[in-house]
Amino acid sequence: MARFILGRLIGGIVILWLVSVLAFVLFFVIPKALGNNPAVLFAGRSPDPATIAGVTKKLGLDRSYVDQYWNFLRGVFAGRHFDSGSDRSWCPAPCLGYSFRNDQPVWSQIVDALPVTASLSFGAAVLFLVVGVSTGVFSAVRRGGLFDRIAAAVSLAGVSLPVYFTGLLLLLLVSYKWHIIDNVHYVNFTHNPALWAWNLIPAWLVLSLLYTANYQRLTRASMIETLGEDYVRTARAKGLRERTVIGKHALRPALTPIVTIFGLDLGVLFGGAILTEHTFGFRGLGAISIDAVNTQDLPVTMGVTLFAAFFIILANVLVDVTYAIIDPRVRPS
Amino acid sequence: MTAPPGEMMVDSVAAPAVVQTEGRSLWRSGWIRLRRDKPAMISGIFLILLALIAIFAPVIVSLLGHPPNEPHYDLLDPNTAAPRGRFGGMSWDYLLGVEPVNGRDIFSRTVYGARVSLLVALLATATAVIIGTVLGMLAGYLGGLWDTIIARLMDLLLSVPSVLFAIAIVAVIPNKAFGLSGSGLRIAVLVFVIGIFAWPYIGRIVRGQVLSLREREFIEASRSLGAGTFTVMFRELLPNVAAPVLVYSTLLIPTNILNEAALSYLGVGVRPPTASWGDSLAVSSHGWYSIEPIFMLAPGLAIFATVLAFNLLGDGLRDAFDPRGGGR
Repeated sequence: MARFILGRLIGGIVILWLVSVLAFVLFFVIPKALGNNPAVLFAGRSPDPATIAGVTKKLGLDRSYVDQYWNFLRGVFAGRHFDSGSDRSWCPAPCLGYSFRNDQPVWSQIVDALPVTASLSFGAAVLFLVVGVSTGVFSAVRRGGLFDRIAAAVSLAGVSLPVYFTGLLLLLLVSYKWHIIDNVHYVNFTHNPALWAWNLIPAWLVLSLLYTANYQRLTRASMIETLGEDYVRTARAKGLRERTVIGKHALRPALTPIVTIFGLDLGVLFGGAILTEHTFGFRGLGAISIDAVNTQDLPVTMGVTLFAAFFIILANVLVDVTYAIIDPRVRPS
Repeated sequence: MTAPPGEMMVDSVAAPAVVQTEGRSLWRSGWIRLRRDKPAMISGIFLILLALIAIFAPVIVSLLGHPPNEPHYDLLDPNTAAPRGRFGGMSWDYLLGVEPVNGRDIFSRTVYGARVSLLVALLATATAVIIGTVLGMLAGYLGGLWDTIIARLMDLLLSVPSVLFAIAIVAVIPNKAFGLSGSGLRIAVLVFVIGIFAWPYIGRIVRGQVLSLREREFIEASRSLGAGTFTVMFRELLPNVAAPVLVYSTLLIPTNILNEAALSYLGVGVRPPTASWGDSLAVSSHGWYSIEPIFMLAPGLAIFATVLAFNLLGDGLRDAFDPRGGGR
């Protein structure tokens, strides 16, 4: 058990390291190879030669790639000095650099935007897991029935509808036509939890629709498999109530693949959250990353990308470990 | 290594004949099953029509519409920049009305949008299928360190948020690269970005198939006849993974259509003024859709219908060619 968890953690660290190399190559090596001076990218729109020289010095872009990568990595874990003669600054860990638009540390922008994306993803995850799994179970138990057929049609439509279309559609109805929630905007949870939830409801519905459909299909398939197992027949033969048979004997093993896929889906969910918050005009991680692309503020784009990748990989490792604790079959003997 | 002449002859006469009849019957029986699946057949016909619309977009637009990038300021209210008349200025001249702000023909832009959508999605799927099949076969057949590296890479690519990486890649690519520029370069970048995050879906399926195939007799037979790794992979394994690859690549196309539209919607896809469904949705946002829903309904329903049709066709193909398959 301890060995499995340790192995998983080491695997996670190796992948995190790989991602950091990938990000370094993407933001520092590739632009240069394609004839784009990274200093120009980092300095923003049409900089003068003095600025470019300053940025080159400050970020150490004139040094070797190995040196650059080392400084980049050290910044993330231990903080680093930015030094260009007159302009000295200490960037504390986790240092992802400074925005060239407003001189704010990238890390603080991420910390500001994270609650928006996290609220959106978390609420949607709760919604689609509850609705998807319960309708999936119901479909599997009454296979071929009216509910099953309606659910199949709805989930087929659900996986074919992009969030940026359903989002606009729902906003049109809820906000502009029926005036149920006027002027949908993000409210901080600490400011007013009721308003926070009220304003997030349309976004949660939109984001969860796609995944509800997926999890409904998955749960249905998984349940149909376990319902055909011998131990379910044994449980029925023992005279257990149908509710106990389905809820305890069939559902629990059926949930195992769903937990795995949920772990894998976190990254995709994050991507969906970015599209949803863009549609609803919330200032989350996606919004700051897209704004950064449009204003050519590369440090912010880089910071958000790295942060999201780290976050997702850590979450995956956590899912794996929790999973090993819950389900003894996962652990290698 | 040469086999004794007797065995050689038996093999060359018997084995290929068996493989061929099996191959033919698989494809033919699959086609018979598919023909009975009404939603899949209707979707297939719809998609053929859509492909024709995309190919002949200039002809269709010259007959029924106006050039997609041509502004029509005379159709807009100068104070609000919204089209005059109801339903976004719909008329026999402008079948779906005109866009706000610059008055471009929505019908033409929706027809031209099919081009970008299908082109990017099909090329990205082709990229994913090529990389996924080759690396999936290598991982499954060679095993060991190859398998570990490729399987881990697939896990990594499937778990990171591809939208953010796509945004980042678009941000670092200069305006001119690889001898391309403008829209052509953006389309190439989109194909690369979408394909690179999509190949693990195919790679996993191929790897799983190859893992079960490689212990079978015909592979062993081929190997004992002295066939090299590449011969076994491309002559023996490839024909056997073709059916599942076909099924799952059909199911990958709709995902890629959604990804292309998403990136164009976020403003990192094809460059304006090139028409694309995602860009049309972006134009309709900022509250314009609340004035006239047609701005959003035309591109939105186009995406929905196309994605739904590919999903129905893919489900039909899966039921026809891979009866055991299901789930993901």
